[in-house]
Amino acid sequence: MARIDLVDLAHSYGGNDAPQDSFALKPVTMTWRQGGAYALLGPSGCGKTTLLNVISGIITPSRGKILFDGQDITPLSTQKRNIAQVFQFPVIYDTMTVGQNLAFPLKNRGVPKAEIDKRVAEIGRLLDLEPYLNRKATRLTADAKQKISLGRGLVRSDVAAVLFDEPLTVIDPELKWQLRSKLKALHRELDLTMIYVTHDQTEALTFADTVVVMHDGRVVQSGTPAELFDKPAHTFVGYFIGSPGMNILPAEVRGREARIGGHVIALNRSYDNLPANARIEIGVRPEFVDALAPAPGLLTAKIDRVDDLGRIRFARVRVGDARLAARAPAGFAGSDGNAGLKFDPSHVHVYADSLLVEGAV
Amino acid sequence: MDKTVNQKAWFLVLPVFLVVAFSAVLPLMTVVNYSMQDTFGNNQFFWNGVGWFKELLDPSTDLGGRFLASLGRNLFFSLVILAIEVPLGIVVALSMPRQGWTVAACLVILALPLLIPWNVVGTIWQIFGRPDIGLLGYVLNHIGIDYNYVSNDIDAWVTVIVMDVWHWTSLVALLCYAGLKSIPEAYYQAAQIDGASRWAVFKAIQLPKMNRVLLIAVLLRFMDSFMIYTEPFVVTGGGPGNSTTFVSIELVKIALGQFDLGKAAALSLVYNLIILIVCWIFYTVMTNAGNERKHQEGAA
Repeated sequence: MARIDLVDLAHSYGGNDAPQDSFALKPVTMTWRQGGAYALLGPSGCGKTTLLNVISGIITPSRGKILFDGQDITPLSTQKRNIAQVFQFPVIYDTMTVGQNLAFPLKNRGVPKAEIDKRVAEIGRLLDLEPYLNRKATRLTADAKQKISLGRGLVRSDVAAVLFDEPLTVIDPELKWQLRSKLKALHRELDLTMIYVTHDQTEALTFADTVVVMHDGRVVQSGTPAELFDKPAHTFVGYFIGSPGMNILPAEVRGREARIGGHVIALNRSYDNLPANARIEIGVRPEFVDALAPAPGLLTAKIDRVDDLGRIRFARVRVGDARLAARAPAGFAGSDGNAGLKFDPSHVHVYADSLLVEGAV
Repeated sequence: MDKTVNQKAWFLVLPVFLVVAFSAVLPLMTVVNYSMQDTFGNNQFFWNGVGWFKELLDPSTDLGGRFLASLGRNLFFSLVILAIEVPLGIVVALSMPRQGWTVAACLVILALPLLIPWNVVGTIWQIFGRPDIGLLGYVLNHIGIDYNYVSNDIDAWVTVIVMDVWHWTSLVALLCYAGLKSIPEAYYQAAQIDGASRWAVFKAIQLPKMNRVLLIAVLLRFMDSFMIYTEPFVVTGGGPGNSTTFVSIELVKIALGQFDLGKAAALSLVYNLIILIVCWIFYTVMTNAGNERKHQEGAA
């Protein structure tokens, strides 16, 4: 039970002297609040597992500090940190029963027997492992084994945080849903800080109340699912969250106008102080672009195809070299393979060198 | 019944039958034949039935006494070297580096004793332990320890055991190392997270994962040490007295020293039978362990 602060934390597998571009985890300063359900979301190789292993102490960071409730624990070994972690593949102690597996982290820390029995029984009940408690842990299915791993992570009541490293990779999709809801329920019941690493946005958005998006070793945004959707702080977040991802278009922005080729799109805010020499782009989610018949005042685009997703249809179009997706009404065909795009000004964001620029009202 | 009948296949298998018959079956049958007879030289044989076998199992007779005594010595020897080599091999394997160039260096050094011919191993230790010119023997005597494997039973035993440990611990260590290498890194990380001590990691992760290779190591070392001949024969010749005379040495003495072919044949059959039984027990245990593992993986 603790607040976790990362202060200027960075890690390089090539040592501290390696150029910063090559760092697996670029300097990050952030706070994980006690009792939060966090998801660490990003594509493979973005540094999320590195960050997790740094927090748990499996990796010693090249730079920076980790504080648990204000106390610097950076030099402490994993055993001495108050942290639990569940790995991608189930880890089972073959010679023990399921119950002994669950009791292992408590036994190692010298918890009294009565207390151990109580916790094991409780976790066994929460994870539906009760019928197996006295059975050998070896001859179980992969998902039962992963449940045991989860149980070992949850069994200690005093941990600062429980870290999950893509724990549902080996589980069948059907069971994945159940286990994820179970984890969510456990989070509410046990009041533990949980950090859940995943590359699956659905998993992240359904599990967490705060999603931390990582890209190329950097934490690019941390916020609620709604914030990530409405106001991506980085073009990567816009593109990575949402299906299809955000439309990103190079544009010239001056005042309350964005120019694409010769076409002018109105903006809700005013952007007068954009950095010079920066790459300026506008970003807008497909849900806020309408594909209509070409008309004056609309941005003309070439239609590649129309995807019917059942409850919504997206036209895949091209403006110059840029590919966009736009909401298409039922029966939409365009004319001569062309469409006119209508943007919702309140949802058009401006990015300078991929970072969100807040305009003036 | 649409099986193709082609008797020509027999011709292809026939050479193997012939080779096996001449190299194994016929000699074995000769041994069985000898074991039922007594000989006084001049190729004269007399029928003795199961007499030799009765004597073998009766400690009051000369043959039985010698056989059972050497069998006891042999079993004791096997137990002692297993009790030393298995834990020592595990410790060596655990302390070996896991990556870097030192791995290759360690493997080469460990493999060296295994590559030396057995009689050379014997010769090395025979000279090494001599009190007059051997490094070990000379140094031990020089610092005041009265050591002479030629005249002292205990010194002879210590020499033979240390020699075997030197020669074969590497094998156990290499097998254990292979077992250890197969443990995924996640197990160690999980154990760290679970706050496991070094001993708990060994007991909960490393030992269970080394189970199978250890079983193989014990099997190999038991069989080898139970059949040991060359090394102790070169070093001590079975002496002083009979103190390091193991079953194989006794067998050679009876067969080639006294030329008692009947007694020797009976002894070698019983010796063979013991080895077969032990092999069978190990094989059964190992395949059972294998099946259990398959079960687990099938379920996973």
